[in-house]
This record gives sequence, structure tokens and C-alpha cells, in this order.
Amino acid sequence: MSEHVWVKNDCDIAWCPGCGNHGILNILGKTLAALQLPPQTTVLVSGIGQAAKIPQYCNTHFFNGLHGRALPPATAIKASNPGLTVIAESGDGDMYGEGGNHFLHCIRRNPNITNIVHNNMVYGLTKGQASPTSQQGFTTPLQIDGVVAEPFNPLTVAIALKASFVARAYVGNPEQTQAILQAAIKHKGYALVDILQPCVTFNKHNTYQWFKEHTQSLPEDHDPTDQLQAFARAGEAEQLYLGIFYRQEKPVFEEQLVAYQADKRPLFQRQLDPDKLAASMQAMG
Amino acid sequence: MTNRPSLQVNLMFGGEAGQGLQTLGLVLARALRGGGLHVFAVNEFMSRIRGGSNSLVLRAADSPVRSPSDRIDCCVLLDSDALPRLADRLGEESLLVGDPALFSSEQGVTPLPLKELSKQAGGAVFGNSIVCGFILRMLGWELAPLNTALAHTFSDAQIQEKNRRAAQLGWEYAENLAGRFPLPLDQQAHNRLLLDGSQVVALGAVAGGCNFISSYPMSPATGVLIHLARLAADHGIVVEQAEDEISAVNMGIGAWYAGARALVSTSGGGFDLMGEGLSLAGIMELPLVIHIAQRPGPGTGLPTRTEQGDLEIARYSGHGEYPRAILAPGSPEEAYDCARHAFTMADASQSPVLLLTDQYLLDSLYDIETLPLPHEPPKSEIVATEANYERYAASATGLSPRGVPGLGQGFVCVDSDEHDAQGRITEDFDTRVAMVDKRMAKGRLLETSLALPPRLYGPQLYHTLLISWGSTGPTIEEALKQLALPEVALLHCTQVYPLPQEMAAYLERAKRIIVVENNATGQFARLLRAETGCTIDDQWLKYNGLAFSVEEIIASLRKEGGNE
Repeated sequence: MSEHVWVKNDCDIAWCPGCGNHGILNILGKTLAALQLPPQTTVLVSGIGQAAKIPQYCNTHFFNGLHGRALPPATAIKASNPGLTVIAESGDGDMYGEGGNHFLHCIRRNPNITNIVHNNMVYGLTKGQASPTSQQGFTTPLQIDGVVAEPFNPLTVAIALKASFVARAYVGNPEQTQAILQAAIKHKGYALVDILQPCVTFNKHNTYQWFKEHTQSLPEDHDPTDQLQAFARAGEAEQLYLGIFYRQEKPVFEEQLVAYQADKRPLFQRQLDPDKLAASMQAMG
Repeated sequence: MTNRPSLQVNLMFGGEAGQGLQTLGLVLARALRGGGLHVFAVNEFMSRIRGGSNSLVLRAADSPVRSPSDRIDCCVLLDSDALPRLADRLGEESLLVGDPALFSSEQGVTPLPLKELSKQAGGAVFGNSIVCGFILRMLGWELAPLNTALAHTFSDAQIQEKNRRAAQLGWEYAENLAGRFPLPLDQQAHNRLLLDGSQVVALGAVAGGCNFISSYPMSPATGVLIHLARLAADHGIVVEQAEDEISAVNMGIGAWYAGARALVSTSGGGFDLMGEGLSLAGIMELPLVIHIAQRPGPGTGLPTRTEQGDLEIARYSGHGEYPRAILAPGSPEEAYDCARHAFTMADASQSPVLLLTDQYLLDSLYDIETLPLPHEPPKSEIVATEANYERYAASATGLSPRGVPGLGQGFVCVDSDEHDAQGRITEDFDTRVAMVDKRMAKGRLLETSLALPPRLYGPQLYHTLLISWGSTGPTIEEALKQLALPEVALLHCTQVYPLPQEMAAYLERAKRIIVVENNATGQFARLLRAETGCTIDDQWLKYNGLAFSVEEIIASLRKEGGNE
């Protein structure tokens, strides 16, 4: 399957030239093609922001919802039709800021969905304010004297919550990023892939050069089943490790729902049984 | 003269939270229904888990009763605070019953030594059955219907037996009061349902094909969530307690997108958080059903009391312009029907539908003749998509065939940004206008073919028209039944927005219009004026946290008669 099955070639892309989002779109197309997934059963769910526009440029189903709210509908779509491949994809402001509470609780639920976060450490669509992952001291038109708050580390949070798959990638390493994405989508359970990407317009600090100098792959002997080791390496601030930090198989949300115990069909194929309703009334009344 | 039901008794019970007043009410209601009576029970409680002072009013009669009454025939005081707290609601006719260890005979309290009898019965937990036995003797009944109710309520045979013995102790103690409130006992099998409003809404949702609920717990909306959880295994319902109301509504929308029929249950404060989600359903043209269980606000307000204060937030929440419908049932039969119809309406109009109930309706216990089963299982209007499918294809009605992912060859693309026919972002001005017009066109269905018309009670040729919406309807109806005024009718509205097309004619025929509402500012009156330009001559409003009683409406009607 070619990535052109997935990536639309006839649209007006709203990203700046040189933006890391182009690379992520390209890698995503290659990943989905390599996995041979049918676009007819794949749903991209996003929020609002520059990263959240990615479904617009893809040939598949999409739900481009509200800012910060990609994970609740993604969870519900999977729970309504477990046969679908569901990918929730947005930026760092959307997933970790506005949607922070959903991020925590989606990890706890563990639906079998993939959560891709374009992390450029800045707000792009609203023109350059700090994001939850901006580094301390980062100056913006709003944070004039620099960011004061501790940056949000999505990986350590996810590992602390025993997320079933936690990885970081860098768009400047396309092969590695594709391999991580393929593993994440194939993984059964919630999978977080935080993808570092430069914002060439609003983040003049975390540039391609900066990421090149500050990233390196996890050591060969990294054990992704060791939660404490994963936590320690995800917490490193000087060198940002890339790779799969933590992986743990555990029961997935939708398979544990009582609605699927006796019937595996998606909800849209089911119908009310009036006799059962009559029995419920009598039992209650 | 009033035509009160000829045979009825109104019983009040006052006690602390944790004493099991609700169980007492349920067991007694089951016993009285089993003996052939119609029953109705209103729970009134404080927002706390233990202590405080709560009350239950149970009405039983030989004809249906559906409204709170201020006339209390007998009040059983289960704790020492009950008397001072309930004194205002008791009259000279009220027989007070209480433990002589708590109340003296100078207080006019007829003794029922509950503590002592409970000890004999095996502990304080059997107090409620003692009270039930005592009450049945006062009606002139034997214990058989109560024993059946106890068997229905407690599955453990030993516990049943202990409760039967406790009931016997209470029954024996009431020897001097035997037949004080005589009511006929009819022991043939009665199939009438005994359900509270939350159960009825949950059953109505299932009848409407609901197979998904995501909600965050909030009184008084939680009951519907709990009942759907209990029904989930039998009816294949996905139930999820969301991390917050924002997640709950966004899950509901995602579920509809994927082909589920989803409900979200909340109260006013939680609904405030859902405004953006409501607006999302509007632009995505996805169906959505939200149950708003009203309680008095603003802020946390009175969390366990009742009010009709959220009509305007239901009408106006969510930015931008798009159609919506608001249904407001009064009786349990209407609650079932509105909950069921909300799903049909949402699906057929691809729009959000809000079901407005309140604490009084949800927490009251009703006996119900029957709830109709759907003739055919409800079915979503979805299509298998073709390869070139366009989710927002133009049409005369504004409706475009709705696809779901995983059914057909096309892509179902939905967007919170303004979009073109394919669902992709656009900022083209002409497309914007076409899409707004398309969305608004669907609103026509909500006031015509999908609308629930108002119901007139009373003379066709009326001078004065009382208007109710939601839970005030049955109380006004009972008051009118008792007074039988020749020129006063009630127009009860279960669809409060958009106004069904029949409304205007009813309003035009009235010489005088009075709107009765459980709120402080007359929200429905304001909506009626805005939508129809009619003149509202008077408003009867109540906003202390309690529902109107039938006597309050009768008093207002009498005053109204004096004015004419």
C-alpha cells in the first residue's frame, strides 16, 4: 500500500513551509500504508490547533472536534465500534493543556487507541504563546519575562499512571518515528507517542538544530517493562531520549464493557429487544 | 366544594438521613399497591449522608394521585428533630405518632415505642417494618400485603422473617387505632408498576434505543445513570462514568458519530460545562440527547431540592446558531415517552435534544398502569456510504444522509470548523451561508412532524388558560379536577422549545393567560412572549426548593375566582 492512499495530494495545506507537521503527516501516511490498514475502518480524531488539522489532509474518516477534547470522543468511538482503528492526534497545548484531565483518565481507562501528540513546545495557531511543555525561561509575546512554570512531562506522567505504551519520537528521525508509530498502532491498549517537532515560526529556541543536539535514542539495553528505569529516563531533561520507554499489556477498556460480553457486534448493528424491556419494567416495578 | 378523592390517606414520615426513609416508603408503597391502592410518594431530603432531617410524604387513595399535598392525616416522627422541623406542615387534623422516649404526651404525640419494640424485633433496622405494620392496622388491613412487599424487597429468607415479626409487633401495637383511616383492601393481583422518575427516564431511554451513556455523577441526575448501569447487561448498554461533564458530552457526541444512541445525564451546573459540546453537536449535525435534572441554583444552590430554573440555559447554552429541542415531561408516563421520543427526535433531525426534568419528578415514587413498549425497535437513520460520500450534501430539508465509520466505502468526515459538503474546513463565505441555512432548516422538523403537541385539560371553551410545563402539570390537573371550574383550562406543555405549531391557536383563544412555574422569574412565560408575542396576565411562581402542592394551586385558583 502506498502512503498516497492515506495522504491527500489535492489540498491546500495550512502549515508553514518547514513546519515539523509536514514530516509527521508524511510519516503517518507511510506508517498506515505499511500496516496495510483499510482506510474505511480507520478514524482520525483531533482537537483544535495546527497539529489538529492533520486529518484534513488524510483520506480516511475523521472527527475534528473541540480544542482539548480529542480523547473523549476517540474513546467513545472505539467503545461504540471496537472494530475501528482509532487514532487521536493533536498538539501539546490541546492534549496536555486544555485536555489534561482527559489525558490522565484516558490512560487510566486504557482504550485500544493510539494517541499521537505533536510536541513543539509552543502554541502555533494562536501565534506563539507558551504551551504546557515550553521550557522555563522561554520568552513569548505573552510570557514576556519568560515561562515560570515547570514544563509538563507527558512521559513521566504516563509512566507513573502505568500507561500501556509510552514512547517519544522526533520528526527529524523519520525511520525511527515510523517504527515507533507502527508499534504503537499495533499495540493493544492506549499508546502515547509524543513526537518532538520544531515550530519554525514561533519557537526560535527549540529548532531542528536544538533537537538534533538534545535528542538520542534510548540505550540498547533499555527494558521497557521496568517502570522505574522508564520513569528515570523519561525524566532526563538535558538529553531527551527517543524510543519506547514503557510497555505493559493489560486489559483494554472496551473489552471489559458489559455491553460486549455476550455480543461482539458494534452498537450500530444492534436493536432493542422489546420483550427484554418488558421484563426490565416488571423487575424494576 | 372540592371533589377530593373520596378515600385517601396522606402519610408523612420524618427522620434522619441514614434511617432508611426511602426503603420505608418503598416497602409501604409496595404493600399499599399490593392491596389495590394508588400510591404516590415524595422524598424531601437534605444534602448529607447522615443526620439532618428528611421527610417522606406518601399518599394512598382508591383513585390515582399524582401531586404533593399539604394535608397530612398522620405523621410518624422517627427522630426528635422531626417535630420542630415538620410542625409548619402539620395541621390540626394530623395525627402525630412517635416514640414516648422522644416525645411527651403533652406534645400531642400518640405513642409508638419504636426503640423498645425494635429491641424485641432484633434491632433498630427493623423499626421501619414496625412502622409499616402499625400503619396497615390504622387502615384496617391485615398484614398479608405487607408480607408480600417484604418478600419482594428482601431476598434473604431470615431477614424477611425478622421483618415480618417486626411488622406484627407494630400491627399489634396499633390495636386502639385500628381502622382510624379506613381504606378498602383489594387483594387481587395488581400489575401496576411502582417506579420513581429516574427509573422511568432510564426505561424510556432504553425504549428509545439508548445503548450508550457517559455521565459525571451529580444530584439529582445520577439515578438515571445508575439505573442504566443496572440495565446495561440485559440491553447491551455501554456505561461510562466520565472524568468530568466536558468528557461526558464529548463522549456522547463521539458515540453518536460511531453509530451509538447516546445519552448524557447531568444537572444544571454540569450542563453549564457542556455548552461547547452542545454547540459541537450543532455544527457537526450529530444527534445528541442530554438529560438535565434540574435543582435550584445558582452555583451549588440547593443540591437535593427541586426547581424549574434551567429552561433558559437549556434554550440558550452553546455559542452560535443551530436548532435544538427541549422536552419537559410532567407525569411519569410523559417522562417515559419524552425520554423515548428524544432519541427519535435527535436521530431524525441530526440535532441535540434536551430532556428537562427536576428533582421532584425524579425522586418521587409513582404507581403506573403501564408503559407502552415500542411497536418496532427504534432504528437509527444511517446509510451505508458510497465511495464519493459527502456527509453534508445539500438537501431541501437540510438533512443529509448520515453515514457512520465502518459501514460502506465512503469517509465520514465531521468538523467543528465550518466545512464544505465533504466535511473539510472552509472559509468560503457562500459555503458558510449555505451551511448555516442547511442547519437551521432542520429546525422546522422539530416544531412540526417531530414535535410533541401540548395537551389541553378542562373545557374547550375557556376564559382563563393556565399554562404548565414539566412537573407542575399533574398538580394543576389534580387541582382543576377537584374544583371543576367551568371556564378554566390547563395547557400542559411537554415540548417547550421550539414551540409546537399548535401552541399559537390555544393562546389566541384565551382571554386570560396564567403561567405556573417552579422558578423565580417566569422563564417559560418569557419564552412564550418572545416566541408568540402573547400577553401573560399573571404568573404563579414558587422557588423555595419544593414543588407546588395541590392545595397551593387550589388556593391560587380560588383567589383568581375572587378577582373575576
